[in-house]
Amino acid sequence: MRDVAVISFAQTPARRRVPELNEVEMLMPALRQALGQVDMTIDDIGFTCSGSTDYLAGVGFSFVSTLDGVGPWPPIQESHVEMDGAWALYEAWVKLQLGELDTALVYSYAKSSPGDLPMVLTRQLDPITVAPLWPDAVSIAALQARALLDAGKFAEEQFADVAARSRRSALDNPNAQLAWDRPASDILAEEYLVAPLRKSDCAPITDGAACIVLAAGDVARSKVERPAWIRGIDHRVEPIHLGLRDLTVSESTRIAAGKAGVADGPVDVAELHAPFSHQELILREALGLGANVSINPSGGALSANPMMTAGLIRLGEVANRISAGEADRGVAHATSGPCLQQNLVAVLEGEN
Amino acid sequence: MGKERVAVVGIGQTKHQATRGDVSMAGLVREAARRALDDAHMTWTDIDAVVIGKAPDFFEGVMMPELFLADALGATGKPMFRVHTAGSVGGSTAIVASQLIQAGLHERVLTVAFEKQSESEAMWALSLPIPFTPPLHAGAGGYFAPHIRTYIRRADAPDHVGMLVALKDRQNGLKNPYAHLHEHDISFDSIKESMMLWDPIRYAETCPSSDGACALVLGSEKVADDAAAEGRQPAWVQGTAMRSEPTLSAERDTVLPLGGALCAADVYRQAGITNPRKEIDAVEMYVPFSWFEPMWLENLGFAEPGEGWKMTEDGATALDGDLPVNMSGGVLCTNPIGASGMLRFGEIAMQVRGTAGEHQIDGVRRGVGHAYGGGSQFFAMWVVGRDKP
Repeated sequence: MRDVAVISFAQTPARRRVPELNEVEMLMPALRQALGQVDMTIDDIGFTCSGSTDYLAGVGFSFVSTLDGVGPWPPIQESHVEMDGAWALYEAWVKLQLGELDTALVYSYAKSSPGDLPMVLTRQLDPITVAPLWPDAVSIAALQARALLDAGKFAEEQFADVAARSRRSALDNPNAQLAWDRPASDILAEEYLVAPLRKSDCAPITDGAACIVLAAGDVARSKVERPAWIRGIDHRVEPIHLGLRDLTVSESTRIAAGKAGVADGPVDVAELHAPFSHQELILREALGLGANVSINPSGGALSANPMMTAGLIRLGEVANRISAGEADRGVAHATSGPCLQQNLVAVLEGEN
Repeated sequence: MGKERVAVVGIGQTKHQATRGDVSMAGLVREAARRALDDAHMTWTDIDAVVIGKAPDFFEGVMMPELFLADALGATGKPMFRVHTAGSVGGSTAIVASQLIQAGLHERVLTVAFEKQSESEAMWALSLPIPFTPPLHAGAGGYFAPHIRTYIRRADAPDHVGMLVALKDRQNGLKNPYAHLHEHDISFDSIKESMMLWDPIRYAETCPSSDGACALVLGSEKVADDAAAEGRQPAWVQGTAMRSEPTLSAERDTVLPLGGALCAADVYRQAGITNPRKEIDAVEMYVPFSWFEPMWLENLGFAEPGEGWKMTEDGATALDGDLPVNMSGGVLCTNPIGASGMLRFGEIAMQVRGTAGEHQIDGVRRGVGHAYGGGSQFFAMWVVGRDKP
């Protein structure tokens, strides 16, 4: 495949609610920063692709007004996915593979604060058999956590360890929403939110946006000292119905990891999009990550979870660590749908 | 690395109608997908990846419905991708799917676009508030009527051109068994007497609101060669292009949008076309309101600005004209919004493959599929032909 790298990443500070800005206004600083870091404007971009959802914006065609903010004049080559920005990045990566364009702008954003997010997400479920029951997102995740406990694969203590470690790591991340240092035993002392999940096992509700600039080959090398090359990227989906899959594993992540080549070399760092603590444990197993891999040094989705964006941020966080020389090879993961229904895996490397 | 070749090797669509109450959303997309797979002599297991497109999720009231449709479309364990680029989405979805093969990632990709508009009220769903503008328009027709009035004034076009387009497309639709509207009694006079909805757009010059889906199977060069060897003509993709421009920009010309012209120029360059009027045999373009036929004829380079209506008036765009437009009946006969662009892309591929049935034109070697969306600001086009690019 053609060499394509992440050359710039920017995100807005994750906040529980950003009431004073609309989605366009919230996104713009990240967009300007990502382009500015590599001394580019929209005129230097070959292809633009974004990810967002009308259901959180509360209006149809919501991405259209955001595109106006980008300033697509003269007219640009552009596309939009109703998916996490990680998939927008995938479409941009495919576009750059065709060899006709050298740069791409990828952005995504969502404000979850205006609505009741766990209830809004019920509208993703099968509209005939499941959605009429309004099962909220936390309760559905709790079914998966319960399945893990019942199978004897993990214990609640391990959930709490993930929750505590993530918020501790987030102390080093100025963009994180939740950052604190408390022992796992504190978490285990919490009441259940939806058994067996406690509040600390769950991602926060976040408003936020992020932006990535991709570049191919020599353009990437001319822009930054150490581009984060995308060596492999793949995504897979499973049925939405919880009864049609084994919730204790993530088969789609396993397949995507194989296609992306995760096992082809040592992994220094992994950023996993796990909105619930137990899901990180499932993902580590599916990705075949050993105990020596630094997992979610940013704090992960448990510390900041802007919808449609938390997956794209995982790619950016890994890329930043590679570009900074802190890691040579990293894995980024994004998820969508209930209980890790759809998963994307990318392998990023620095040049040695 | 260069681009791999890609071709359409299977096409399917549903019977389109105002309400497909006999099928669920999953049943609707499967109906189109099964027909495309049958046409391609394939089954679900032959498919490497699925790309799905539709317009706003609020139309059906399911958020990111591709997630629940993954199972119905046989996508388990495969990549599934969801595109949403407003009204052009059916076209851009096919383009995104074709790029997966052009990039060498997959051999056989199923792409599906749909809308089940009976689940909600599409006209009001399209009556979006425009920032800093009083909410005076009701439906897309209210938004586009001023563009059309400007076109008529600039081009000094006679009143009857829009009605001629409507008559032609509705009559073409009679030859298309899948079309939503089959108006056997339609006449110029009946169109003229129909209610004026958004001056100058009459009721009979307006697209319907439909439930429907379209599906294409795209294949790599090897897959398409194999189909050709078995006597099934592939529709080779000779060029694809997308362009977007802002909703609000002082520089925009909404009647003759620069984005549409650049999109056309790009796709012709890829296909090696220098004189589209001569080198293109047929066009399926996105005409939701009758007057958009002459407007897009100009925007896509088939006529000089101000001259497009003369092609319509002269009958050049009729089934027996020298540049037939919307042989299927087009959007004026069938409009499941998310699928409408892919129907244009699929119908022109059918013409190239010689599988369009009663509305087939003789000798289509190369044709254009076109879709647009938003406030005439999102454009997707492809050129398909009988010959390998």
